[in-house]
Amino acid sequence: MSWFETLRSGMEAIAGHRLRSGLTVLGILIGIAAVILTVGLGEGATSQVNSAISALGANLLIVTPGSTTTGGVRGGFGSASTLTYADAVALGSHVDCPDIAAVAPTAQSETNVVAGTSNWTTSVVGTTASWLSVRSRSIEVGSFFTAAQVKGQNDVAVLGSTTASELGLGFDPVGRTIDVGSVPLTVIGVLTSAGSSASTNEDDMVLVPITVAQSQILGSDSVQTIYLEAGSSGTLGAAYNEADDELLSLHQITTPTAADFTITSQSTIAATASSVDKTLTVLLAGIAAISLLVGGIGVMNIMLVSVTERVREIGLRKALGATPAAIRRQFLVEASVLGLAGGVLGAGLGLIGAAVLPHFISNTISIEWWAMAGAVGVAMVIGVAFGVYPATRAARLAPIEALRSQ
Amino acid sequence: MGAGEQMSQFSDSGATGPDGRISPLSVGPAPTAVMDSRVIGQRSPIVELVDVWKSYRTGTISVDALRGVSLRIAGGEFVSIIGPSGSGKSTLMHILGCLDLSTLGSYRLAGVDVSEMDEVELAEVRNRRIGFVFQQFNLLPKLSAWRNVELPLVYAGVERRVRKQRALRALERVGLADRVEHRPTELSGGQQQRVAVARALVNEPSLILADEPTGNLDSSSAADVLGLLGELHAAGRTIVLITHDAEVASAAGRVVRIRDGLIHADEAAHT
Repeated sequence: MSWFETLRSGMEAIAGHRLRSGLTVLGILIGIAAVILTVGLGEGATSQVNSAISALGANLLIVTPGSTTTGGVRGGFGSASTLTYADAVALGSHVDCPDIAAVAPTAQSETNVVAGTSNWTTSVVGTTASWLSVRSRSIEVGSFFTAAQVKGQNDVAVLGSTTASELGLGFDPVGRTIDVGSVPLTVIGVLTSAGSSASTNEDDMVLVPITVAQSQILGSDSVQTIYLEAGSSGTLGAAYNEADDELLSLHQITTPTAADFTITSQSTIAATASSVDKTLTVLLAGIAAISLLVGGIGVMNIMLVSVTERVREIGLRKALGATPAAIRRQFLVEASVLGLAGGVLGAGLGLIGAAVLPHFISNTISIEWWAMAGAVGVAMVIGVAFGVYPATRAARLAPIEALRSQ
Repeated sequence: MGAGEQMSQFSDSGATGPDGRISPLSVGPAPTAVMDSRVIGQRSPIVELVDVWKSYRTGTISVDALRGVSLRIAGGEFVSIIGPSGSGKSTLMHILGCLDLSTLGSYRLAGVDVSEMDEVELAEVRNRRIGFVFQQFNLLPKLSAWRNVELPLVYAGVERRVRKQRALRALERVGLADRVEHRPTELSGGQQQRVAVARALVNEPSLILADEPTGNLDSSSAADVLGLLGELHAAGRTIVLITHDAEVASAAGRVVRIRDGLIHADEAAHT
């Protein structure tokens, strides 16, 4: 019996039991769609995190105070206020740290900002002129403050686009005056929108010269973060070492393990984030795979029912000259057609889900072609794998026993 | 031997009788042993059972269903095997049909010893040498008449176009040329059994085995099917009819009575 004949016979058998075959296919379909969607969700989350991290800026090192790194998990911003503006100035010295191209310290707090009759509580970030390039941001209207304005403690401010609109300064904000914690500042520019990442809104902030922030708003000379930009990705390692040495000597620490600061690179943040993400993806995909397994057991169940129900037919086919191999092939083809149909339909449902779901949840779903092809392949393999036992049972039936059954 | 030649031989044997009596041809490439046996096959009997025993083991009890059966059936014979239930006639039918193997003794079918064959070889022998007609018809309900008839050819690996031609001819032979696209459920019992007979014919078998072919039919359909078997016999076919009904058995020219696993009598039928 040729493969074509076997396939045709299998299709006829499936078409002969539409409801039952449909329900079996449904089991596989749901499993495959679940796998595709969870893997897609995981991929989507990973790329989201990665793009958020790369949006921090290129070749970036981040110095935070008194934080520890344990097993790859950063302890977060420490309560220690060990970094100062002076540290940032020292790191900016091209003599001591030739590979550090730019330095942007930030000192920030949540502060209420008033503009005319509007008020809005947001992050007030004190920083230097390098912030714009270090964080890979740009100015939409007006200008950013200059190094001279920082040094001269000019009372100026640059707004995030969200902040500007919340304060009612969406139209022609430059030159307007805002009160930041009762300190009047002149708005000189608005940032181009960066879009919001999952956790932080990069468009909701007020940037002021760090000198102004420290002396008039925060009343402290400590900084929370120092962003360092290396000249290129090739000098990132050198920049790291220079910053480490400089800060250790400035803080008079002799044992590097006792450092009261942490330097993180963008890539380590990305690695940590994506490993957390991977764990979640694997977990979800595992659950989806279990549903796929249940679908496979459904195929086996139905194939066993089919074999039992068609014992006479098997007996007849054997009497007419079907070899055990031909019978086995017939049932295997039937099972794999069920699996394949579930795979293809499941992939279709997965695609529809990927298109529709993001409208209801905040996550993006990125469907990769390899995930689709893999899922369809797996579905077929499941059909075959769970069809082997029923098919072998059919092939082993003795023709006389089979013909005798009612 | 091409398919066309087989076709002509099929119609010859269907129409002109003794010429195509033994029909030793098989479809497609047959094993050498079978091909070589053709010369012998024409001289030796179609069925040659020598001292065949069949024992079944149920738990610790062993039952001898056949206890030394020897039987020769020549080409072109129409033989009834009759016996009450439990006589061993079904076991004998299974062995004759290569559905089961004897415990002891030898069985030559058309000159070929089948008693030592494995499952795959037996499947091929059934496919090429034997046509079955069952009491329950055993037609596949989802398939049309001609698709039921072509089944043995499917397993013989015959090309689809040729299969259809031969299936249609076989249906024509049993008088169902106008029912080829009907499904079994759309046919009467007698017509269904005719389809089954067509299926038994389509592979040009050496032997047609009919197991209680009239058991599920009313008397007029039964007479109809027996008449058809008679016609096929007249056209040169070798037919073995297994029944418990003496009247049905008398349709054949020779009646073999079996009782307690032994041949009790072997005589010409007195009609």
